[in-house]
Amino acid sequence: MKRKHKRLTFVGLGLLLLGAAAALVLTAFEDSIVFFFSPTEVLAKQGELTPQRRLRIGGLVEEGSVAKADGGAVTTFRITDLTAVVPVVFRGILPDLFREGQGVVAEGTWQNGVFQATEVLAKHDENYMPPEVAEALKKSGQWQQTGAPKEAKP
Amino acid sequence: MIAEIGHFALVLALFVALAQGTLPLIGAARNIAPWVALARPAAIGQWLLVATAFAALTHAYITSDFSLLNVALNSHSAKPLIYKISGVWANHEGSMVLWVLILATFGATVALFGNNLPPALRARALAVQALIAVGFLAFILFTSNPFQRLLPAPPDGQGLNPLLQDPGLAFHPPFLYLGYVGFSMAFSFAMAALIEGRVDAAWARWVRPWSLAAWAFLTTGIGLGSWWAYYELGWGGWWYWDPVENASFMPWLAGTALLHSSIVVEKRDTLKGWTVFLAILAFAFSLLGTFLVRSGILTSVHTFASDPARGTFILGLLVIYIGGAFALFAWRGPSLQAGGLFRPVSREGGLMVNNLILTVATAAVLLGTLYPLLLDAVGGGKISVGPPFFNAVFVPLMVPLIAVMAIGPMLPWKRGDIAGALQRLTVAIAIAVTVVLATWLFYDRGTLLAGLGLGLAAWLFVGTLAEFAGRLQLGRAPFGDSLRRLARLPRSAFGMTLAHAGFAIVVAGVTASSAWKTESVQSMRPGDKVTVGGYEYTFEGARRVQGPNYIADRGTFTVRKDGAVFVTLYPEKRSYPVERSQTTEAAIHPTFLGDLYAVIGDPAGNGAYVTRIYFNPLVAWMWTGVLIMVGGGLVSLTDRRLRIGAPARARLGGAAAAGA
Repeated sequence: MKRKHKRLTFVGLGLLLLGAAAALVLTAFEDSIVFFFSPTEVLAKQGELTPQRRLRIGGLVEEGSVAKADGGAVTTFRITDLTAVVPVVFRGILPDLFREGQGVVAEGTWQNGVFQATEVLAKHDENYMPPEVAEALKKSGQWQQTGAPKEAKP
Repeated sequence: MIAEIGHFALVLALFVALAQGTLPLIGAARNIAPWVALARPAAIGQWLLVATAFAALTHAYITSDFSLLNVALNSHSAKPLIYKISGVWANHEGSMVLWVLILATFGATVALFGNNLPPALRARALAVQALIAVGFLAFILFTSNPFQRLLPAPPDGQGLNPLLQDPGLAFHPPFLYLGYVGFSMAFSFAMAALIEGRVDAAWARWVRPWSLAAWAFLTTGIGLGSWWAYYELGWGGWWYWDPVENASFMPWLAGTALLHSSIVVEKRDTLKGWTVFLAILAFAFSLLGTFLVRSGILTSVHTFASDPARGTFILGLLVIYIGGAFALFAWRGPSLQAGGLFRPVSREGGLMVNNLILTVATAAVLLGTLYPLLLDAVGGGKISVGPPFFNAVFVPLMVPLIAVMAIGPMLPWKRGDIAGALQRLTVAIAIAVTVVLATWLFYDRGTLLAGLGLGLAAWLFVGTLAEFAGRLQLGRAPFGDSLRRLARLPRSAFGMTLAHAGFAIVVAGVTASSAWKTESVQSMRPGDKVTVGGYEYTFEGARRVQGPNYIADRGTFTVRKDGAVFVTLYPEKRSYPVERSQTTEAAIHPTFLGDLYAVIGDPAGNGAYVTRIYFNPLVAWMWTGVLIMVGGGLVSLTDRRLRIGAPARARLGGAAAAGA
């Protein structure tokens, strides 16, 4: 077999693989991309959100909104961008850094006016604000840059 | 005072690296012997200086010198000693010093032990290594100085994030960096070869131990990180396709491809340009990983509190190094002459398919990781690309890879025969089909996919063993002959068998734990029972316990199987008063068929607690498989061909084509 043929075989195989991968990527994108919404946007787009559609919402856990049900296995709370408020229901153990007044990102579906979270994310670092949450607060015009993470207190 | 010595040593190291990065290059180009000879002492000197800086920083952590801002922010006098030491690299500044220390260590190793390397090649490789060091030393000194003083010194530090106070995480970053930075050596050799315009079998033989070592370290690092996530985060999962996990996974994929293509260069003197390209790619992804983690542009559980200046600086370094490398590749690459011819169905062909699939998989992971950033940059909205995407794209790509993985080693070099290879794999085919059918018939009729995954794992495992048995002529020759063959087998053959078999075990573990994980979340009072995965858990209550620097609620579960007490589990929820935060310590009891995994959450009044109980099938197989893979890498590293190196380039170049 000539060198040119050999190369052609592998170029062809490579293209085939890339094509297959591209097809996989495109179908996967269709089904599995999760859009991020701020509470304001969720309420604005309620009509378009089907109960199958997965999305992420982010904001602050509203002070005084956290309550337990089912003997504590279910947590209800509200996420706010300080303009709009979205009720959230989550079954499971919350991350260790979940706290009222702190930034949080929840993933799940919108079911008849309640966000059914399957996952609640809080961060390793308590000084760290998830960029999405900062964005949500900026959009609602409620963002105050509090500056860099607290420096060491002498 | 010691901190100032450390700072000064870093500054000196920058200047030494500058000299090491320029003079030997000029010397090698113009035949100025003393300048070429400068590379070795400079590399050793640079290592000594960076090691001094690292030692100074470690000293500050051990003695709790809170007059250093870095120590005050990340340490506390009440921390156990091991976490004081691991605290050195559990923060941005210190981890960059570790990064540079490892970079210098690899350089110094080449300088000390690279006696069989041609002086010009060695000088050029060390110079490129030093140029990388220049960028990162400047990065540390200008944007992330770990030796910055804080006056007046606070009475105590702010402590280390309790999630990071864990043996798994204490060693995860060093191994990851050993892997990332290890690929810098392959990169430096690739650059040196491009400058010389010469890539041959001997070159591949020099590069291979570095990429093997880097690969083994990176595999360990990723495994440790995954293991840590599994038991420390308490979510029962071990891989989240988190952007930062992907950042470590992409260099692993590219490095695995490099490892395999360098075999072809070594044995058959062909695929040279491609191998150099992969060497650049593997290191490019290492740098990209560093950039993604440091810049804070991705939302991830790993993100350090971010600073845009740092991100920009690393992005600049990335553009200079990788852009420069690809430019040099475009310029000099075409001059690399291809050697041996081969047919598509051959050992080379199999390795080529491995490379194609691995690079396409890397590209898919890259796309999924960066797409949210790109979309956001063009104002397309905030999205996240999570596990569903990666599972839908990555898993199907692994299927042909595993299928070919068992056949490839069966094929001879140059020209192979698929039918013949498949004939030798009949046992593997039979066992794989049996596994698929048995899984479907007797265990899970819901999905055929999980059974197929297990079948593939069986195919690869048995196929790998069959290839090994074939090398020994087991069963076909007298047993004594087989034993003699075993003794003469090169270590790299053992290495391959171990690594491939280990991977098969990982595949089985990944498949089973993804497909058949069972989970139960509930509120339990003392005496309540719940059954998960065939085991009955009785909650006996929780009590307060005091740790060295934390207070914990420790729950007690008595687990029964068929009425008899099987094990008692003690999950904890720890509160760290200094850091004002909490961690979840899952209680895990690994068994051969699956892990019993219990987590205790917040008290829900009246002695009740929220609990989460999992049964995670075959998780222990994953960790075992990873260990076997790493073992394979290490065994391969002891191959005598790599140790003896290449006394004479020409002779080996000729011998390689004939050998093995």
